[in-house]
Amino acid sequence: MTDHLIETKQLTKRYGDRLAVDAVDLRVRRGEVYGFLGPNGAGKTTTLRMLLGLARATSGSARVLGAAPGQPAALARIGMLVESPGFYPYLSGRDNLRVVARYASQPARRVDTVLDLVQLASRAADRFGTYSLGMKQRLGVAAALLKEPELLVLDEPTNGLDPAGMADMRSLIRGLRERGHTVLLSSHLLGEVQQICDRVGVIFQGRLLREGTVEELRGGGSIVVRAEPLATAADIAGRLLGDASPVAVRGNALYLDAPAERAAQINRRLVEAGVEVHELRWSEPTLEAVFLELTNDRKESPHAWQPVG
Amino acid sequence: MRGSLSAELLKLRKRPATWLVGAVFVTLGLVFAYLFPYLSYRGSGARQGPVAGSGEELLLDALPASLVPSALGGWPLFGGALALVLGALITGSEYSWGTLKTVLAQRPGRLAVLGGKLTAAGLVTAVMVAVSLAADALASWAIATAEHRAVDWPPPPDLARGMAAGWLIVTMWCVAGMFLGTVLRGTALPVGIGLVWALVVEQLVRGFASTLDAIDILQRWLPGTNAGALVAALGAPTQEQGRGTPGITDVVGGTHATFVVAGYLIILAAATAIVLRRRDVT
Repeated sequence: MTDHLIETKQLTKRYGDRLAVDAVDLRVRRGEVYGFLGPNGAGKTTTLRMLLGLARATSGSARVLGAAPGQPAALARIGMLVESPGFYPYLSGRDNLRVVARYASQPARRVDTVLDLVQLASRAADRFGTYSLGMKQRLGVAAALLKEPELLVLDEPTNGLDPAGMADMRSLIRGLRERGHTVLLSSHLLGEVQQICDRVGVIFQGRLLREGTVEELRGGGSIVVRAEPLATAADIAGRLLGDASPVAVRGNALYLDAPAERAAQINRRLVEAGVEVHELRWSEPTLEAVFLELTNDRKESPHAWQPVG
Repeated sequence: MRGSLSAELLKLRKRPATWLVGAVFVTLGLVFAYLFPYLSYRGSGARQGPVAGSGEELLLDALPASLVPSALGGWPLFGGALALVLGALITGSEYSWGTLKTVLAQRPGRLAVLGGKLTAAGLVTAVMVAVSLAADALASWAIATAEHRAVDWPPPPDLARGMAAGWLIVTMWCVAGMFLGTVLRGTALPVGIGLVWALVVEQLVRGFASTLDAIDILQRWLPGTNAGALVAALGAPTQEQGRGTPGITDVVGGTHATFVVAGYLIILAAATAIVLRRRDVT
């Protein structure tokens, strides 16, 4: 049995002349929380729609839980929340979940269980039309959990939630992973992805630019040096570190691709050579910086980053 | 499909619009088939226009023996229009509320979901027809009692035929609404287009039928004409006879009308299935 619950090959969706998803190769492993990261309009929701069988791929293929997207047997093991939660405004939260449970052939007793899980039990008798955005979102997550799904597909699950609600949602997703569920979540919130995802795929303009763990994407850190004269400092650092550790000059600082342990040695050499060291520190890029670098490069040159796969 | 049907019935039962359409359907039947004719009879007797005929004819139409043709008399027109609205609400709302993606991402599969909707719609129209006939029967009994006339009910086979024909007409229009709701992915436009078709276009075509053979042939295959002809075949007076409800016509026979109405029902259901199955849910 494959260890990938989701596997796509060159998955492409075109709307007329517009390429919404461009040859995406995506793999989501069993038991992980996979973050599908990209700005609004990057192709995240379209990809998720194709994975759920709501939209057909123009070309390429996808397997979800070993079946083609939209197959009833696979859908029975998937919980989903795509875009805004779609419910019947004239029905109460509980009745909406009863409707979903009937479609999903789930016992009615699951309804109260998931209402408790998303802390909506006290408002379950109120009409959905009266819910706040955050409550609607929580009801959407409750519906996704009704089937006790093996795989959860959550599109921007913290949309509309207040900070406390966002924290609760993150905690819920972590709990799901601990109970063995696999979660594919899309988000444009880098902090959210960084906090809860095991692996991340960065999508931009329909293309999957990078895929890996948060650490892999962020890469190693670097030693940042502000010194005068900068050229002399660069020369000394270059000779000290050798060809394996490149030295980059960005603005008025040096970025040295070297482990933090070598900072003291570099500082000593620079001072011994009469260079005035104003600042020397260890720096790790945030996921945000990596993301912006990836997407900005993409904007400037379509070939700056090779897609994964 | 059992889960889909059960979910649909829960939605329809709890939806105020379902009850409203049903109540208007029953009320309009009572008003136009019994209240207005009876008031007209109690007034000066003979009338022209929608409530036309001699005083005795008006009374006879309102007695239990005429239950089937009188009750069904308005269905090709307002009954069909209301059923079309109900159908458009059943499918079109799923797009406007964004609930279709929620439904389709559950277990059943698109055709099973549609099967549940069609079956639920068929059950709701059956209840509408049964309740309307029961209310009309009560009204006719009350009129017969008030006028000291014999309470002669139609024979059971006639009653069964009337119910079946009424269900076929109402359900065909309901499925037409479901088709429009699916194709146009909403409720407002399907309801507007459907009502214009049922209440205006078909009437205009019938009006021009005597001027051109091609239009005459066309009208014989229209859903509204055949619904009207089906009711005429059950004994309802036609417009051509001078005292029929608008929409009741005998330009085609009962058998032809039955097959055409049933054909529309099947074709519209199949077309809805094709559209729902093939199209992306956006």
